[in-house]
Amino acid sequence: MTHLTRRAFGTLLGASAATLAAPGLLRAQSAGRLVIIGGGFGGASAARFARIHYPDVGVTLVEPQSSFVTCPYGNLILGGKRRLGDITHSYDGLRARGAEVIHDRATDIDPEAHRVTLAGGAVLEYDKLIVSPGIGLRWDAIEGYDDAAAEVFPHAWIGGDGSQISTLRAQLEAMPEGGVVALSIPENPFRCPPGPYERISMIAHYLKQANPTAKILAFDSKEGFAKQGLFQDAWAELYGDMIEWVPASGDGRIERVDPANKLFISEFGEEHRVDVGNVIPPQYAASIVRDTGLANESGWVPVDPHSFAAAAARDIHVIGDATIAPPMPKSGYVANSTAKTAVAAALAEVTGRPAWDAPVYFNTCYSHAGEEYGISVVAVFRPTEDGFEAVPDSGGLSPRGPLAEQARNRRLEARHADAWYDSIVKDMFS
Amino acid sequence: MTLSRMTPAALMAALVAFPVAAADPGKMLAQACAGCHGQSGEGLGSVPDIRGYDRAFFAEVWQDFREDRRPATIMNRIARGYTEDEVAALADYFARAE
Repeated sequence: MTHLTRRAFGTLLGASAATLAAPGLLRAQSAGRLVIIGGGFGGASAARFARIHYPDVGVTLVEPQSSFVTCPYGNLILGGKRRLGDITHSYDGLRARGAEVIHDRATDIDPEAHRVTLAGGAVLEYDKLIVSPGIGLRWDAIEGYDDAAAEVFPHAWIGGDGSQISTLRAQLEAMPEGGVVALSIPENPFRCPPGPYERISMIAHYLKQANPTAKILAFDSKEGFAKQGLFQDAWAELYGDMIEWVPASGDGRIERVDPANKLFISEFGEEHRVDVGNVIPPQYAASIVRDTGLANESGWVPVDPHSFAAAAARDIHVIGDATIAPPMPKSGYVANSTAKTAVAAALAEVTGRPAWDAPVYFNTCYSHAGEEYGISVVAVFRPTEDGFEAVPDSGGLSPRGPLAEQARNRRLEARHADAWYDSIVKDMFS
Repeated sequence: MTLSRMTPAALMAALVAFPVAAADPGKMLAQACAGCHGQSGEGLGSVPDIRGYDRAFFAEVWQDFREDRRPATIMNRIARGYTEDEVAALADYFARAE
């Protein structure tokens, strides 16, 4: 007990009082304690799945934000098709399922003692730990891009409290007629590979109505991107010459920004004056896994492909965008899919029930390219001895073709995308 | 612990719930479906309800998707990623789902 702070001790006292009132529940949760760091697509899915299928295991979820703003569908705010409240979700559903949700930041993990320390001073003990921390932004990667610069040139690539995406939307609304919106897009790997291109589409969707002479310059550090043909078909069909995509070979890599003068400066020194700038910086795993040695020198976390156990620590499973799991993308659906395998694997030892011996992982990423215009990429993945592989001859992209021929598919996929969003959010929070 | 914050219904659910074999392959495979079709396959919006399908019919529809004999947006692409045994496990799971 000596390591417990007053706050943690208070929590324990609360538990004791509740235990007296409900001794049956104590027995019902006596198989062990699962602590989950991160309440996003991975962590919330894990918490809900564990509470439903392992009711004898106590679940504590640690998440700094008091509600969750999804990155998926954030672009639809820019397009004017959603409001912040539509993509903000409460943790009350998980609490109602018996999960303890603590709004604090995990600052340290002691894998030997099986303890997690929180910024507020509390120390949590676990039998098994699932860490789904998301990404960190590499602030040092683009010269001049720091916390303050992100107020001028928002990244809007971490949901946070929703202020980043709201700022970007407000800047688009305030942009002068015929202004220039510029994006800086990183190299792989990064969160949500099709995300920047859905963002371009949704910005164009908004500008087409509100500011039709505006331009979008998309500076990319790569030579190609997810669903490229489908996106470029949509851009040509829907937005004429509003969008210019600049690959790395066309001097698309932005190396410096000057927020005071609203400049993006390229690898070869070209200065681009912009009215609205969206910098999506290079990324690595969030600090909690880099600071505790779970990540390797790449900045991402190596995991066992069958269980998502961290290579560096037994009893800790890492899921979601923070992991090294190519060819699986860093997507919400993959985080949701792998969360459940990780829970079954983590709790096998605690409960004596078997893990899933032949896991299959699943991803569908929908993107909205315009009004009633949805496109997707699908893949089914299996673990190999040392990684993951997409099942050959399966998955793939929506069919390409002129809008006149594909209109029904695009409309249906847009509706399926909306259904996916509502459904997966239920699978996380209800 | 926040037991005191649990609703009576949630408390009852926690008390009466029986441990379930979480590694049941049908249920684990169906987790992938849940992202669009819901935990029980109940569907939502444009995504169909797939609860209570006859097992043989489920497998037949799956085969039709796999071979592009049935109109599809994404199920044809998904169907080709699963083995016959996995499809049988999914058919069992959704046949029982309520």
